[in-house]
Amino acid sequence: MSEIDHRPGSQIKGGAVFPHRHLLGIAGLQPHELLFLLDEAEQWIDMNRAASKHDGRLEGLTQINAFFENSTRTLLSFEIAGKRLGADVVNMAAATSSLKKGETLIDTAVTLNAMRADVIVIRHAASGAVGLIADKVDCPVLNAGDGRHEHPTQALLDALTIRRRRGSIAGQIVAICGDILHSRVARSNILALTSLAAQVRVIAPPTLMPPAIEELGVTTFTDFDKGLEGADVVMMLRLQNERMSGGFIPSTREFHALYGLTAERLKRAAPDALVMHPGPMNRGVEITSEVADMPGRSAITEQVEMGVAVRMACLDILTRRARKVEGWA
Amino acid sequence: MTVRLFTNARLVCPVAGVSQGGLLVRDGRIAEIGKVAAPSDAYTTDLAGATLAPGIVDIGVFAVDRAAFRAGGITRAATMPGVSGERDDDALSLHRIVPGLVGEDLFEMAAAKRRGAVAVSTGRSWIGDSGLMRRVMAYAAALDLPIVSHAEDAGLVGDAVATDGATATRLGLASAPAAAETMAVMRDLFLSEVTGARLHFRQVTTAGALDIIRAAKKGGAPVTCGITPAHLFLSDIAVEDFRTFAKLSPPLRSEADRQACLRAVADGTIDLICSGHDPKGPEDKRLPFAEAEAGASGAETLLALSLGLVRDGLITVDRLFALLAANPAKLIGVRAGTLEPGMPADLIVIDEGAPWRIDALRMQARAGNTPFDGLPTQGKVLQLMVGGKLVA
Repeated sequence: MSEIDHRPGSQIKGGAVFPHRHLLGIAGLQPHELLFLLDEAEQWIDMNRAASKHDGRLEGLTQINAFFENSTRTLLSFEIAGKRLGADVVNMAAATSSLKKGETLIDTAVTLNAMRADVIVIRHAASGAVGLIADKVDCPVLNAGDGRHEHPTQALLDALTIRRRRGSIAGQIVAICGDILHSRVARSNILALTSLAAQVRVIAPPTLMPPAIEELGVTTFTDFDKGLEGADVVMMLRLQNERMSGGFIPSTREFHALYGLTAERLKRAAPDALVMHPGPMNRGVEITSEVADMPGRSAITEQVEMGVAVRMACLDILTRRARKVEGWA
Repeated sequence: MTVRLFTNARLVCPVAGVSQGGLLVRDGRIAEIGKVAAPSDAYTTDLAGATLAPGIVDIGVFAVDRAAFRAGGITRAATMPGVSGERDDDALSLHRIVPGLVGEDLFEMAAAKRRGAVAVSTGRSWIGDSGLMRRVMAYAAALDLPIVSHAEDAGLVGDAVATDGATATRLGLASAPAAAETMAVMRDLFLSEVTGARLHFRQVTTAGALDIIRAAKKGGAPVTCGITPAHLFLSDIAVEDFRTFAKLSPPLRSEADRQACLRAVADGTIDLICSGHDPKGPEDKRLPFAEAEAGASGAETLLALSLGLVRDGLITVDRLFALLAANPAKLIGVRAGTLEPGMPADLIVIDEGAPWRIDALRMQARAGNTPFDGLPTQGKVLQLMVGGKLVA
């Protein structure tokens, strides 16, 4: 197990606890910075469960959700997060954007900047595109998923779910299964969980296993059953529609037979192993309904709940400098 | 025409080696070298110990960029197919490499040769259809035109923009195995054996492919290969942070492959070093990595970076000028690239030790897309002469 910095955020004064302007990825974040984000998210879980779900700290600020790639769940999650903190939330969807008219990404970034947004949440189909925009704007940028690169808030909400359900992240055996090659969720989770000293296994068909992934500190398996052995957390990934037949896997039937999580298979994992999925699920492909809905074991709806809390924490923290919060200005 | 005498020079010739002395230029050609008595009509320049070397012959540039060539000491360039502005002038000798194919049909290679083409190329990509490639090579062989091939197996590469490895995986970039190059090199070598075509790989960048070429050369195959300084001095970690200036074709390789390339320069497997000059503006580079164009502006950094191989003790300076001048000239069949009497006076005067910093914003080239931005280096071209005429 690697040495990690467990200093809770409260011991570091003000903005020094999270000295980053943007949240572009898990890469580059220290373990104590990850833990700080998780700690900050806890308060929003409580508020979100209360009758009145409003906090006015982002009052007067404009949050633009610029989604260049279709998304329902993540967009909704960021919109709710912003609104619960009092921000004016505006959504820009890909279908209505001028990128379709040939405008370059840089021009779009400059345009967004000129709108005087206070925080911009971006999703884009190309790896690195969000960072490219972040370089051109004056306000904090939150990466809501860029290509196959990173999806940091997903990794944070997964880490938070694991921490709450399993008591800790360090030492947990986490098996991430499915289309690792095309998954930004897998990459961000690998970075976050290894950084917080979990033992991460990745399980995928050889055609969907990224090259040299072991160098990220994980153990690889092409045999699902072996990879599941004794796992504390089983994290299933969505198989994208466009990968379902042809070049990467022969058929969904064969994929399900080899890599689908069934109740029978789950018995190989630890007796109380947690089942996770970032959604939306393909029931009957990567996961059976029985497992997805298994009481006490499936954390899938809880992940969605944690998502709002984590995103509220990120929006709050990233805007603290602009809001001149004491110690952050 | 002027008679010009350079005295007190450090003469670097790929054939005669390194010596001190003078060099006399008459009628646009090198007339005498060594201890030269000054003719009465000579315009004399005392080089005070500066290096006098043959001008660089650059194989396979994607743009005619005179300012960059002047700054980089390039006196001859062979342009890739489709390069505009190919008109020869006093400042530069240009040679054309023509495409092997237009669509799926053979290009009029004989007509092109009559108009001065020196080689036939597959352009920026590999010809995937082996039957078609065989016909291209057979046709070129009959015309005694060498084939300049881009060695990346198209099927293995697919939509890849990087080499398989931890960097590509971390960044979430589609990547291809280094073996894509070995596969392409092997096939083209077999086709060269079948057709008798002379084969030049514009850039070979992996240990596997270099091993194959080394063995083929031992067996007497008519094969040569080149490389750019980027693949000798950078590995795939240079694309970290999605740096599109380091997006090249073929992509940057692993550190182990880079080391293999350096060894191949030292042992002679690699025949020449070229700039791959391909200036690209922000409209092509300031894009998400996968969408950005590949290529680097390499002409004016070619000499300084290559001199690094000498400074590192990998090769001698006269051997470097075999790689930069004599070998490429031989490949395209032009008499140039050495300081032998009778050769055209394509010469450069260099201060080998002059320090400078590569700065993407201050390049002479049409665009500053260099993966070496910010790197301190050494070696400056003080004077450049083409056919006996000094180029300002």
